[in-house]
Amino acid sequence: MSETATPSKTQTSKRSSLGQELLVPALAVVTGLIIGAIVIVASGANVFDAYGALFTGSFGSPVRLIEGLQVFFSTGETSELLRAIYPFTESLVTATPYIFAGLSVALGFRAGLFNIGAEGQFFIGALCSAFVGYSVKGLPMIIHLPLAILAGALGGAIWGMIPGYLKAKFGAHEVVNTIMMNWIAFRLSDWLLNGPMKASGFRPVTPNVLPTAELPRFFDDPLRFNLGFFLALAVAYLVYWFLFKTTTGFEVRSVGANPDAAKYAGMSIVKNLVLVMALAGGLAGMAGSAQVLGVDHWVGQGFSAGYGFDAIALALLGKSHPFGVVLSALLFGFLRSGATNMQSRAGIPIDIISIIQGLVIVFIAAPAIIRWIYRIRSIKTEETVLTRGWGK
Amino acid sequence: MTTTTMELSATAEKRQRISYGMTLLVAGLLIFLLFGLNTQAGVNTTFGLNVAGSQAVEVADFVVPAQLTVNLMAAIAVFAGAYQLARGVRSTGWLLGILAFTFVAAFLTWAAQDKSFNLTGMLGSSLVRATPIALAALCGVISERSAVINIGIEGIMLMAAQTAVVTATVSGSLYVGLLGAILVGALVAGFHAFLVIRFKVDQTVSSVAINIFGTGFTSFISSRFLQKATDTLNNSGTFPIISVPGLSKIPVLGPVLFENNIIIYLMVLLVVVMHIMLFYTPWGLRTRAVGEHPKAADTLGVNVYLVRYVNVIIGGMIAGLGGAYFTLGSVGRFDEIMTAGKGFIGLAAMIFGKWNPIGAFTSSLIFGFADSLQVKLQILRVPIPSEFLLMAPYIVTMIILTGVVGRAIPPAADGQPYEK
Repeated sequence: MSETATPSKTQTSKRSSLGQELLVPALAVVTGLIIGAIVIVASGANVFDAYGALFTGSFGSPVRLIEGLQVFFSTGETSELLRAIYPFTESLVTATPYIFAGLSVALGFRAGLFNIGAEGQFFIGALCSAFVGYSVKGLPMIIHLPLAILAGALGGAIWGMIPGYLKAKFGAHEVVNTIMMNWIAFRLSDWLLNGPMKASGFRPVTPNVLPTAELPRFFDDPLRFNLGFFLALAVAYLVYWFLFKTTTGFEVRSVGANPDAAKYAGMSIVKNLVLVMALAGGLAGMAGSAQVLGVDHWVGQGFSAGYGFDAIALALLGKSHPFGVVLSALLFGFLRSGATNMQSRAGIPIDIISIIQGLVIVFIAAPAIIRWIYRIRSIKTEETVLTRGWGK
Repeated sequence: MTTTTMELSATAEKRQRISYGMTLLVAGLLIFLLFGLNTQAGVNTTFGLNVAGSQAVEVADFVVPAQLTVNLMAAIAVFAGAYQLARGVRSTGWLLGILAFTFVAAFLTWAAQDKSFNLTGMLGSSLVRATPIALAALCGVISERSAVINIGIEGIMLMAAQTAVVTATVSGSLYVGLLGAILVGALVAGFHAFLVIRFKVDQTVSSVAINIFGTGFTSFISSRFLQKATDTLNNSGTFPIISVPGLSKIPVLGPVLFENNIIIYLMVLLVVVMHIMLFYTPWGLRTRAVGEHPKAADTLGVNVYLVRYVNVIIGGMIAGLGGAYFTLGSVGRFDEIMTAGKGFIGLAAMIFGKWNPIGAFTSSLIFGFADSLQVKLQILRVPIPSEFLLMAPYIVTMIILTGVVGRAIPPAADGQPYEK
């Protein structure tokens, strides 16, 4: 976030300001984890077992890793090593859709829009990708895979564009409308999965996508680490480039920072809002694509559960900066992936992560609380405009 | 984006006249094509006016010839559209009313042709289903009138619903549960007020955090405790139906209005009380002043922060009551994410009702109607997939927000923190 420091500041103050910008989110996460620990203790479980399972579930056990390396160097046998790195790669797999979805919400924030609809856009994107993935036959991978991803991005973009247009043209608040679009997406997917897109069999799921539409995996089963992760990193860089290196990106940020000034300078607010919501929807749609093409290969009910709200937490944690989003998506990937282990090993419901997320959002949005708890001296930083009132 | 309201010039007015007229014409044609042509000739539609088990005096059912009625509705819509194009009616309310009435009446007549459709039952369930929406909307009205946005109503209602059922089951008294729900609502809303007033946290962000926390917390408690001990923790029973002596004997109105449980009566009472408080008491005047121009109110000696704290916390108590409806007033147990977006629909009702208690209540009834219609249509086996019928309330919300928000003006200081 170097651009928030004004040129007049010296190099050292710039560095300390960057340090503070990282310090507050880090302490917010730590505080969230501490309160989470209190909730775990209060619910009658052992917090060391729980967080221990969280750690080995997200990074893997160091002991097993060393054993795996020993086996690999002495015999050349990789299976032990792969088993040891499995939790770590799973965390990266979990982080992949988070990167896309977090970028989606962050992009909205930059234009002063609150995209709570990432969840619905995610679902629609996944369904579109799955449809192209299983129904289009006979194409080589080099065409089929990009086509499937594009379909997901397009589906999400349309789903995001509708509330964007209603906001820009009629002033209908995007928060309510994106949530309504989420519910419409859930109902629509219920219908699609029980009807037109249902695979043969009893379960309401789509058929598997063809191998030519799958994102290639780097290791053999059960490791699901795939190209999607690097695609996400590349897209994060693209979003950074778009926001900070292009004229349109500048317009988007201007509309977000001060719509009146942007309008006075001749920028079209309607155009920019619709564009941003379409792009944001497209990114959330790609999150769905990456999940279906890289990991699951089919879509079922509840496929998008929780991604939308997680994405909001991510964007806030990353201060709406693409690189910040990548870092916080990695954090959430490790947390979520570990939480699955925590649920099966220590019997702590995975919902504990939502509690921690809610707290982290509060702390990030109210840095004064963190400063007060940890007695950090306050410095003046530019505040990013997040949202506005109804239809303003 | 306020251009739509500001530049309502002559051309814009003409364009509006034409668009309303065309909408009505198209609606009339659609009624004829979709329903009129698909209704069998010589078949009747029966609208039942009696509810089984009610104290009301029985009356004869309302029977209409199906095809004739549908085509009559189409004709009314076409006529109103043509008249609007030619002459122009000033009142958009009338036009929207005609549009909604003809379409819904034709739709129901078509859907229930050769069958019986219980109209009184549906009106009753509209009021029941409108209750949580109206309570959420009232929570929104009271906090936003003092310029604090609270979109965390969904989270508050979830937490209140869970607290209500657990305290009621453990204590054995539904009223203790109700009190627990109201207290939790006050507590969470108070926290929201503390964040946005004391720390000037972005109001939308703070409310979203409440939603995420509320969803996570209730699901956590539910899967860790409630599901394992349903009988001892999650089985409260529901409030009984109270019949108002005398009034419940009135046909149609009796079963709809005077045979309900306590939460529904409380909701209606709250609408009236809040309307009087907001517009006829010093407290209401202070609240509105703080919402419109806090600086002026402050100059006149109104404690802006205090008014905001009080209003947001009262709003939270109302949302807590709304939460209790889901468990104590409806099914008697807690299910994960059982509010299903009702808190947000309540916000749409608040906007549609132009930040007025009575307006918010009326628009909640529309949402309640859309919601109960969808259920009844599934029973009638209308050849439309149930998933699409389930979308109806959400689509109605979007249409209303889009069509009305431009003309509904929020309190001037809504969403802005106040600094002395």
